[in-house]
Amino acid sequence: MECVFGLVGKGFAIVAADTSAVNSILVHKSNEDKVMVLDSHKLLGASGEPGDRVQFTEYIQKNVHLYQFRNGIPLTTAATANFTRGELATALRKNPYSVNILLAGYDKGVGPSMYYIDYIATMHKIEKGAFGYGSYFCLSMMDRLYHPDMSIEEAIELIDKCIIEIRTRLVVAPPNFVIKIVDEDGAREYAWRESIKSPDVSMA
Amino acid sequence: MSIFEYNGSALVAMVGKNCFAIASDRRLGVQLQTVATDFQRVFKIHDRLYIGLSGLATDAQTMYQKLVFRHKLYQLREERDMKPQTFASLVSALLYEKRFGPFFCQPVIAGLGDNDEPFICTMDCLGAKELAKDFVVSGTASESLYGACESMYKPDMEPEELFETISQALLSSVDRDCLSGWGGYVLLVTPTEVQEKILKGRMD
Repeated sequence: MECVFGLVGKGFAIVAADTSAVNSILVHKSNEDKVMVLDSHKLLGASGEPGDRVQFTEYIQKNVHLYQFRNGIPLTTAATANFTRGELATALRKNPYSVNILLAGYDKGVGPSMYYIDYIATMHKIEKGAFGYGSYFCLSMMDRLYHPDMSIEEAIELIDKCIIEIRTRLVVAPPNFVIKIVDEDGAREYAWRESIKSPDVSMA
Repeated sequence: MSIFEYNGSALVAMVGKNCFAIASDRRLGVQLQTVATDFQRVFKIHDRLYIGLSGLATDAQTMYQKLVFRHKLYQLREERDMKPQTFASLVSALLYEKRFGPFFCQPVIAGLGDNDEPFICTMDCLGAKELAKDFVVSGTASESLYGACESMYKPDMEPEELFETISQALLSSVDRDCLSGWGGYVLLVTPTEVQEKILKGRMD
């Protein structure tokens, strides 16, 4: 079952997601990247129906880029979150997207921020959040161990504790996770946490 | 589970002597899981008019955006703020437009009309208005709220007493409802000032 979770620390925000692409009982691949880099300073972690996830997140990414091309300045995280919510809300009563989103970004002057956007377009600004079955474990871990203005080391330690908890306690636990971070230097991949290495394509 | 109980909410508005108070809980949940404990349900339309939206959070957010849009247009055309009675009719009309595919939210409207006369009303998700002289309630905790308000309410209360009454009614009601709570938010409006207070109740 797909897990996406994240938290806001001192001057940065982290989004982590599992990396398995699953179809009923079959695991297609274990290195599917579900945290998209929207632009230089934004991350979009998404979970849900695979087709919707890819199509919707790419749609948001292209529109964020279009705004930057047209206007010469990037969208703020808050504006991106509201745009994403608007798209989900408009589609909700026509052909809904089944995608849950954690949007994290860094804005100069404002700092890091994270938005929780449900598949039915409920939006809320949060410090820590999680989607999926993993949320039952992650949210409690974060409630206990999170505090505002965590350092990167503390935050990664907490993310790792959440990953260990998911691996230990979730029956169909995804084996691998990707962790991405966004701070004033930009959005980038931080680490992978793999317990099963996908075979190289060249070996097939 | 009913769609109105998906996110959980509690709203109450009470009339005092030339003042009114509107209060809400602060929980945002997804069925049994709590996502946030600082969710805003009471929104300002203008200095003397507030609307609380209970029910499905996404529809509450969409309704609020539509209403702010309509009120801003009204302000541009009429060069004045909307009266509470007019606004209530607007909300009712907007909801009934979606008669066969409604917004799943129940608004509570509270405002100071002409001569600083307080005005409160509620409506169901289809726009059926209920005007009241004393108090109106809405949300998953509405039945508890009816009981609490009926027993605690007195007509013509001064602002301080009104604040105490509405706070006690809200907190005791949400304590009996698992889907609402995590504190309270009370807005007390008199002709001269607006006071916002956060209540700390049982944080569960």
